Amino acid sequence: MTVVQADAEVTTGSPAPPERRHRGVPKTLLNLLSVVLGVGVWWGFSLGGFDIPAPPEVLKRGGELIADGTLADDVLASLGRVLAGFMLGVALAVPVGFLMGWYGVVRGLVEPWVQFFRTIPPLAIIPLAVVLMGIGETPKIFVIFLASFLACVIATFQGVVGVDKTLINAARVLGAKDGTIFARVVVPASTPFILVGMRVGLGSSWATLVAAELIAAQQGLGYRMQSAQLYYDLPTIFVGLISIGVLGLLMDRVLLFAERRLTNWQERR
Amino acid sequence: MITIDRVGKSFAMKNDRFVALENVSLEVAENEFVTIVGPSGCGKTTLMNILAGLETPDAGQALVRGARITGPGPDRGVIFQQYALFPWLTVRKNVEFGLRTAGVPNPERRERAQHFIDLVGLHDFADALPRMLSGGMKQRCAIARAYAVNPSILLMDEPFGAVDALTRVRLQEQLLQTWSQEKRTVVFITHDVDEAVFLANRVVVMAARPGRIVEIVDVDLPYPRTEELRLSPDFTALRNRVWSAVYHQEPVA
Ligand SMILES: Nc1ncnc2c1ncn2[C@@H]1O[C@H](COP(=O)(O)OP(=O)(O)OP(=O)(O)O)[C@@H](O)[C@H]1O
Ligand SMILES: [Mg+2]
Repeated sequence: MTVVQADAEVTTGSPAPPERRHRGVPKTLLNLLSVVLGVGVWWGFSLGGFDIPAPPEVLKRGGELIADGTLADDVLASLGRVLAGFMLGVALAVPVGFLMGWYGVVRGLVEPWVQFFRTIPPLAIIPLAVVLMGIGETPKIFVIFLASFLACVIATFQGVVGVDKTLINAARVLGAKDGTIFARVVVPASTPFILVGMRVGLGSSWATLVAAELIAAQQGLGYRMQSAQLYYDLPTIFVGLISIGVLGLLMDRVLLFAERRLTNWQERR
Repeated sequence: MITIDRVGKSFAMKNDRFVALENVSLEVAENEFVTIVGPSGCGKTTLMNILAGLETPDAGQALVRGARITGPGPDRGVIFQQYALFPWLTVRKNVEFGLRTAGVPNPERRERAQHFIDLVGLHDFADALPRMLSGGMKQRCAIARAYAVNPSILLMDEPFGAVDALTRVRLQEQLLQTWSQEKRTVVFITHDVDEAVFLANRVVVMAARPGRIVEIVDVDLPYPRTEELRLSPDFTALRNRVWSAVYHQEPVA
């Protein structure tokens, strides 16, 4: 039998992936120019009498901190906290978000709490966390965990709720039962939302880090900056700020890359 | 083989209930090709969802071969008004979906999927994602996906609604060709009166508010149906009859 043979509107050749448009100057060149300009403005301000260290000074301090291993230790300590809190947050947020989206009962029970805690800045939890958990690693990781959990759980939940009903129906008429529908329709359909939630969660994890390291830390970028503050050591503070920025950016890029790879089936505007 | 027996369906609205279907009865014989036409909102999709087992009627019942429809089943293939392709799966994986849930093991699954992909002329796009396909190609992928599980009943909801006129004519002819070679029962919903008459053994005309059947027109034109047939006086007469049944419906109080 022959149905619906190839016809006029089939184009020849294989489909081309959508090209990113370059208008005039390439984007990377513009980005680079922007960085150079930014550093120039910074330098200008420091020369112009503002009480901030010039780029070479910060670079020199950065070199020293790298040479004596302090920066590496601090980065590792901070990264460890952020990653531990973030991963725990995501690991809990994804299943909870799925359950909330899938079962009305779970949604009804969990949503008020999620909405409530969302209105409290994670930093405001710190006093409570210290009282309940002491001053070790636990309260620091906890607040980071909370920040990323809240961001990610909402996104996952919205992803599940937003799954196109027709796709679920299509799976059902093709013989899929609930378990299959969940694994093969709901999970892939909400992946873009989860990944966006993870990126937002990572952002709030970093945002919470410095404050979390206010809690009697011995190491970490936030701790280093606070102790530098006592000695009016501006270059060290700059090194800390830049490190946090660069690390956050790198991690965000990793997630963005994962997002592009995992959700490249999406129609992009 | 399909029996729709005094089916009613209403949906809850803000204050009252909206009657989407009222007292709809229809028998569709084995291997019959029935088209349903009617204005937008007259309950065509609702009726199809009931046959597909995706919605349950509030009144009456729908049966297939004497058995009450309680849910979707592999005997009924559905092609939705929106293509409903899984956007994260390639054409091939989409077509294989139903075979996977049916537990068809891999070498055979791949073979059968390939067969239907070739059949609808998507050979060169088997590994493309739906976002790379044109509307007509998406539609053909949806057709291949429904065919692959080999249902004895095909429920098609405005399947050619989103393709251009030329492709549409071609798809209609190819659908009829398949149907005459490998008989199935087809319930085909459309807005297009020409399409309804060209394809069907019988045209069911529906009206809205409440959704109901107003007329059933027998189309006693011979198959295979050709381009010449579209221009014949017999065709025109039937088309006009269906047209007036659809567009000159007396408003009900
Ligand atoms: N889940 C629902 N909840 C509330 N109202 C609904 C629902 N599904 C359908 N309706 C209403 O029932 C009526 C019939 O809808 P249906 O989709 O069956 O129409 P249709 O004949 O397929 O229309 P179209 O030709 O535009 O596709 C519409 O007025 C619609 O608003
Ligand atoms: Mg419809």
